[in-house]
Amino acid sequence: MADGFFFQAIIYLLAAVICVPIAKKLGLSSILGYLFAGIIIGPYVLGLIGQEGQDIMHFAEFGVVMMLFLIGLELDPFKFWRMRRVIFGMGMLQLVGTAGILFIACSIVLRWEWQATVAISLALTLSSTAIVMQTLKEKGLTKTSMGRSSFAVLLFQDIAVIPILAILPLLADGHINNSNVNHSLISDLPGWLQTPIVFGTIGAVYVGGRYAIIPLLHVVAKTRLQELFTASALLLVMGVSYMMQLVGLSPALGAFIAGLVLANSEFRHELEGDIAPFKGLLLGLFFIGVGASINFAIIMADPAFILIFSTIFNTIKFFVLLLVGKIYKKSSDQNLLFAFALSQAGEFGFVILGFAVQLNLLPTVLSNQMMAVIAISMVGTPFLLLINEKWIDPFFGVKERQARNKYDTIEDDKNDVVIAGFGNFGSTIGRLLKANHIPATVLDMDSDRVDSLRKMGFKVYYGDALRLELLKAAGCENAKIFIAAIDNPRVNLQVVEIVKKHFPHLKIFARARNRNDAFELVDMGVNDFYRENLYSAVHLGVDALVEMGQRRYTATRQGQRFIKYDEAATFRLAEKKHDKKALMLSTMHEIEIQEELIKNDLYSQLGAQDHAWESEDIRKEQQDEF
Amino acid sequence: MTNKILIIFAHPLFEKSNANDALVKNIPVSDNITFHDLYQEYPEFDVDVKREQELLTQHDIIIWHHPMYWYSCPPLLKQWIDLVLEHGWAYGREGFALKGKLLLQSITTGGKKENYCPTGKDGFTILQLMEPFCQTAKVCNMKYLPPFVVYGTHSMDADGLTKYGTMYGQMLQHLEQKDLDLAELSNFSYFNDYIQTKIT
Repeated sequence: MADGFFFQAIIYLLAAVICVPIAKKLGLSSILGYLFAGIIIGPYVLGLIGQEGQDIMHFAEFGVVMMLFLIGLELDPFKFWRMRRVIFGMGMLQLVGTAGILFIACSIVLRWEWQATVAISLALTLSSTAIVMQTLKEKGLTKTSMGRSSFAVLLFQDIAVIPILAILPLLADGHINNSNVNHSLISDLPGWLQTPIVFGTIGAVYVGGRYAIIPLLHVVAKTRLQELFTASALLLVMGVSYMMQLVGLSPALGAFIAGLVLANSEFRHELEGDIAPFKGLLLGLFFIGVGASINFAIIMADPAFILIFSTIFNTIKFFVLLLVGKIYKKSSDQNLLFAFALSQAGEFGFVILGFAVQLNLLPTVLSNQMMAVIAISMVGTPFLLLINEKWIDPFFGVKERQARNKYDTIEDDKNDVVIAGFGNFGSTIGRLLKANHIPATVLDMDSDRVDSLRKMGFKVYYGDALRLELLKAAGCENAKIFIAAIDNPRVNLQVVEIVKKHFPHLKIFARARNRNDAFELVDMGVNDFYRENLYSAVHLGVDALVEMGQRRYTATRQGQRFIKYDEAATFRLAEKKHDKKALMLSTMHEIEIQEELIKNDLYSQLGAQDHAWESEDIRKEQQDEF
Repeated sequence: MTNKILIIFAHPLFEKSNANDALVKNIPVSDNITFHDLYQEYPEFDVDVKREQELLTQHDIIIWHHPMYWYSCPPLLKQWIDLVLEHGWAYGREGFALKGKLLLQSITTGGKKENYCPTGKDGFTILQLMEPFCQTAKVCNMKYLPPFVVYGTHSMDADGLTKYGTMYGQMLQHLEQKDLDLAELSNFSYFNDYIQTKIT
């Protein structure tokens, strides 16, 4: 058994690792890489995996759930509420339009039973959230006008699955194949009770998220165990999905709501970072599953029908979408992209067709043909987008593109300054910036502190600044300044290293605990370092000089000069240290450096460098003259 | 003939000064012109004497560019004068490091020109008020030129800003590329008037 599992896992992973980079190299989307990986290892090419592609898909559909959770996280409830008209308007228009035209066309041309036609029309109307959202993300289009519209339509389809699945049994004329068709807990209850339960569940997700999940995450965060947080994140998504399934709602919708609830919490970026890798893997698996489940035997049995039907249905869908976009006044290039992107059928199609077969609404052969059509249309989408990008889009002037960029910058509410670490050190910096109306995004590991700071109006996120996803989520790609002010000096240096490597455009200001930290920063090429004890120690020294009878201004100038001198010495010693790396961290060396510094202090005659306001030699000169 | 020009600029609130913004913006980009912003370099008044003296040595014409505050310069420029013009370097029996260099003051005043006269609000002309700077230059063996003055910045409109900005740029270009006729220059009280005769 274990061998079988390992073998399978290796095949899936290997196929992905080989095919995806090739697809990327060819300038295609990674989705195509996964789909072809699926086709190649599937039963009709290499036959390394059998018909279980379908099962894999059911499992991997969970990736779609996670994706919606992440989408929810990125969208705060306020923005979502503003989108409600678009979601229902565009979504409804698309759904009714596409399903209606498909139904009429199929009824006229193909003469299936009307129930079958309804089921097929509805199944083909729903687009693939997985393919569309992943593609948009890859192309960086999620924040454009077409990205938002696509999302709106997809979200509406997600919601629409529920009533569709509820309507289909009404079409069945009694003899149902399979008795456990309705697998939800409450389906036996009368309708007047079902509705409040469904809404109650959604309410429970909302209230639970606010008052149970967030405090729970606080507790988990306090353990400071990264993997426990990941486990909680997974538990959260799975729990919500399961709950939704129990009441017969789509798990993706539940996950989306949960994401929405948590979007405003301080854990947002941390959750994003934790779930994203799982989502990516599962979606990859899902696409492989789609590829593997394409039944070439059925296609070969009647290739002309499948291909022509796919083309026609894609075309119908495309034009309906184009019309919807026109009604909503999209600019031409955005509208084309929108229509191409959503023109395929998706994973919900499989679900609806499977359900319809169980209800005896259509024959299995027809259903298999339709499933092949759906799979082909999913494979086709990346190609259609490629065609649009290469040959169609260039015809639409540069004007639109500039407008799009402008919109993006307005949409982007990320700050120019990112501060990592908001202890005493970092918070002082944050306060100074805030007092001067420079907003900063703050990352901190202490969830209690994060909480209280957020109440005070700081934009603070909980999370480990060592994680690249979190740094990205905090807006490092668009920021100008990165301030590394983490209490733990080791971590602070590591963060600087990561930032330096992945965001070379950022100007880094780094806190350094002591001279040794400063040396390391110099080694990394960071020249703006701030030794936390230097300035206060010098201030204290100045006060001591004053107490010993020096005038305050003279002592202060001595302090200023000392700091400059010491900073120069640090640079000098950093180079020297470079020469004898091996000795570096030993205490011996620390003492050695200390000795050298003190020796130099004596030689450099600190303080005797100028004679401002002194009249001694002027007086001498005058005496000489007389 | 090219002259090297060092503009020692002192303004504690440069970001809010339209007049100085107009002037500084028009400083020509040239290897021979160094713009040295004192408040940007030494916010804590810890002027680096050695560095400043080296800068002075490398240039032929020194410009003190500053607004007029209480009939004098902003404090950091005075600090600079106190620290950098050392006895035994800039003046005194052995101090000849600045000998022969030209010193020009470029001054902005909020008040109008007519205020600066014996019968006006301010009681003295700019030349009279700048006597201490003139004398400082003389002690340091420098030639003090008639100052370049922009009056009335408080009530100056965009046209005025453009006019003086352009004039400043042209003046610097002239100073960089041409040698001054000092005899002719001594007929003028303001550098503005002299430069008007040179640019058309």
